[in-house]
Amino acid sequence: MFTAQTFASILPEILILSIGLLVLIFEPFWKEDQRRNAGWLTAGGLFVAMIISLLFGRPSEPTAVLGGMIRFDMYGFFLKMLFMFAAAATALLLMDHERAGNRGEAYLLLLASLLGMNLMASSADLIMLYLSIETASIPLYILSGFLLGDDRSTEAGFKYFLFGALASTVMLYGFSLLFGFAGTTNLYDIAAALTSGAVSPLLAFGVVVLVLVGLGFKVSVVPFHFWAPDVYQGAPTPVAGYLSTASKAAGFAVVLRLFFVAFPEFTGMWTMILAVLSAISMTVGNLLALPQTNIKRLLAFSSISHAGYAMIGAVAFSQFGAASVIFYLAAYIATNLLAFGVVMAFSRITGLEEITDLAGLSRRNPLLGLMMLAAFLSLAGMPPFGGFVAKVFVFAAGVQANYTWLVVVGIINSIIGVYYYLNVLKYVYLYRMPEQDEEQHPIPLTQPYVIALVVLAVGVILIGTVFAPFFNLSDVGVLTLF
Amino acid sequence: MNFPILSVITFLPFAAGLFILTMPATRKNETRAVALATAVVDLLLSGWVYLQYLLGHMQGYQFVEKYTWLNIPPINISLHFGVDGMSAPLVLLTGIVMFTGVLISWGNDDPHVMAGIQDRPREFFAFLFLLAGGVFGVFVSLDLFMLFFFYEIAVFPMYLLIAIWGWVKTREYAAMKLTLYLFIGSVVALVGALAMYWTQYQNTGVLSFDMLEMEKAGFSAAFQNAWFLPVFFGFAVLGGIWPFHNWSPDGHVAAPTAVSMFHAGVLMKLGAFAALRVGVMLLPEGAKHWSWLIMAFAGIAVVYGAYIAFVQTDLKYMIGFSSVSHMGLVMLGVSTLNSTGLTGAGVQMFSHGVMTALFFAVTGMIYDRAHTRMIPELGGIAKVIPWAAIGFIIGGLVSMGMPGFSGFVAEFPIFMGVWREQWLVAVIASISIVITAAYIMMNIRKVFFSPMPENLEGHIGDITVLDKVAIVTLCLFMIGIGLFPSIMVPMVETGVQHIMTLLGGA
Repeated sequence: MFTAQTFASILPEILILSIGLLVLIFEPFWKEDQRRNAGWLTAGGLFVAMIISLLFGRPSEPTAVLGGMIRFDMYGFFLKMLFMFAAAATALLLMDHERAGNRGEAYLLLLASLLGMNLMASSADLIMLYLSIETASIPLYILSGFLLGDDRSTEAGFKYFLFGALASTVMLYGFSLLFGFAGTTNLYDIAAALTSGAVSPLLAFGVVVLVLVGLGFKVSVVPFHFWAPDVYQGAPTPVAGYLSTASKAAGFAVVLRLFFVAFPEFTGMWTMILAVLSAISMTVGNLLALPQTNIKRLLAFSSISHAGYAMIGAVAFSQFGAASVIFYLAAYIATNLLAFGVVMAFSRITGLEEITDLAGLSRRNPLLGLMMLAAFLSLAGMPPFGGFVAKVFVFAAGVQANYTWLVVVGIINSIIGVYYYLNVLKYVYLYRMPEQDEEQHPIPLTQPYVIALVVLAVGVILIGTVFAPFFNLSDVGVLTLF
Repeated sequence: MNFPILSVITFLPFAAGLFILTMPATRKNETRAVALATAVVDLLLSGWVYLQYLLGHMQGYQFVEKYTWLNIPPINISLHFGVDGMSAPLVLLTGIVMFTGVLISWGNDDPHVMAGIQDRPREFFAFLFLLAGGVFGVFVSLDLFMLFFFYEIAVFPMYLLIAIWGWVKTREYAAMKLTLYLFIGSVVALVGALAMYWTQYQNTGVLSFDMLEMEKAGFSAAFQNAWFLPVFFGFAVLGGIWPFHNWSPDGHVAAPTAVSMFHAGVLMKLGAFAALRVGVMLLPEGAKHWSWLIMAFAGIAVVYGAYIAFVQTDLKYMIGFSSVSHMGLVMLGVSTLNSTGLTGAGVQMFSHGVMTALFFAVTGMIYDRAHTRMIPELGGIAKVIPWAAIGFIIGGLVSMGMPGFSGFVAEFPIFMGVWREQWLVAVIASISIVITAAYIMMNIRKVFFSPMPENLEGHIGDITVLDKVAIVTLCLFMIGIGLFPSIMVPMVETGVQHIMTLLGGA
């Protein structure tokens, strides 16, 4: 039963596991000051793994493999590539983290979590789905609290764990009800069972809400967002970047597959719920971002609002809408990792994370200033950066689906967003250090940062200008969803 | 014509901006030289496009380039460039302002004379070129999506340019205000554009952001009436239309000289042009339905702007409000929806662009040397900087609409067009001519010819050769068009022809 196709379908995961094993094998033999090389191993390994997967692991027709647990399709494949890209960048950013970079466990946990996310993108079965979500989450709980003796980090890890455990329990309850109604755990069979069976809309509503608690936690939409600011602030910065991008995107991957595939019968109901969540998320996220003084907390609230924007595409419930969500996630992953990368590079040298501390950054390191500019303008939705096209597409999907009110909410929110994003850039470009002696306080970048940040910045600009290939991949992926 | 000249014009500034960013920060003069070379090339290319259009067939869209950018149903975006009689002068205008803007910003590294851009010229020119590329892109784009794309690119560098290099007292406030105003306008227009896109699909089954396709979409009257206002006003905010003009004088005042020139000279045209191209041309029924409202707002802007300019004591605020007044004339011309008025609006966009760029350039030169822009504190500038005085006077004559200068060629048809639609508005708006003449002449007398205050005596040096080149360039265009209207008016008329066809008249 273990055919070449089965092998191909989990090729990326096998490779990720191999990299993890390599890290595990090599790490004890390295001296203390060499252990950061595990980051090169991880990032380089993931890069090679992506190439190998692209060569040998590309799906053709969507097929159910491994007893229907996994669905081997372009949708999952494209998302897997995105996650692996995000993890590779995170590994590079992690390398020179003072207290996490020289510990092999960090990379191992990162890879374990990546493994879970990859499976989230391709699971077609409730049980597999739940297992993969947990596989992705548990390493992240540990990573968030990775800085021993740091109160904030410990708080972050513990908070994330408590919230996460609760949310996933509630979601599991939803899954069990779903199984009870449908008599099957396979997503594609559930759709058929729910169509023919007579599940009352009220019960379906309950199930959708329960499931959404867990997924809403993963993508951090309001009202399941409380953990995000504290966790982002406390967790090691690269981990926070990873949480806000890959982890969120993985949550969206599940939302799209689960709702589009399993609940087409109740479209009117769940799109309405998602629309409300989206509107609240955008508004709350943006409004709470306004008074923030810590750059990581600001990015946390901004990431909450971006979950709201991306959700507009899901609300539209169309192929174009789903494709626009995937495209949005691709743009967002590159953008937000870039933002967190700059923050990481900055705070590694200075140890500071307040927005006011960024004063004079563009003079202390012009390259870093430009990266910040690219990241924040992309978050604000300005061309030629990825955020603009992504936003236009989700808005277009919303208007097409006659959710004009939601788009209007989105637009008002982007205006609020512009204000606080530009406000940060004001510190970076306009304000100066108290003594105006920026030349005396340079911010040197080590090699991993240069590589990661340049790749991410180029990615942000490419997605924003030559968007056709990226959108094509998203679109082809979504096509295989059904 | 196989050479993709419009693409080159548009993308050259982006490429140059990126290149400049890679240069070492200490090599200031090399940076400036690269910037100037780029600006010269772009000016020559845009001049070439203009001349080719003028001497060629003079009809429809020329230099058309079309590349599919993204065609994955249901989204179809193409890189569709082309100029017509309306946009070719504006492309030339952008080339002129870009060239003179770089000249004015040259700067020297003498700490005692603050002229041009001393601090981080590398970043300054890079952002300025990003802005210029966006502006070119809007004028040549025939694809609605790309138009938005370039429009937004043109908006955000303004924030940085004003906030970083602007006037210390108001720059943060003005930059944020300007960006928010423009961003709000553009996103409101964006919703309208998306609605047009999907409605076009429902009506004709065509999925395309191509504006030439959208012109044939046959939007229902109800749809047009509903969406015209958000689309038109969304763009017209950047055109400084009353009552959404408030950001504009603040922005002018806070911006460094070259950015003021860009802002008043080109960016405000961007708003008016996009409002015309997207609002009026794609939603002609809506334009007819709401033309009275635009006419009323524009009429108020013309008189109100002139009056506020009259009472200003800050030279830059004066020019800023006079821009509101003159852009009001453009909108007034647009609101007539007849060929006379529209032609006037087209010429006025060019004429005002050159004129106001000149005004801001001269003001910047005076401020750099006298360290004040307050009219009561200035005097006798003509003695020390005669070139600036000549430039300012010529600009003033254009501003007043004197025959023999481009202002007359532009304003006369506008008033004629308005008279045909609503004579009362023409009468009221013409009051502005008197007010404009009053404040221009008063200021010329005070700033240039009254006795020089003692504290300025001996402190003001002459301007550089580069500044003079900039002044002469700008003056030549204004006089040229004033004396030979045939080098621009027939061209704009061909552009108007197309608009009139869409409006169902003429």
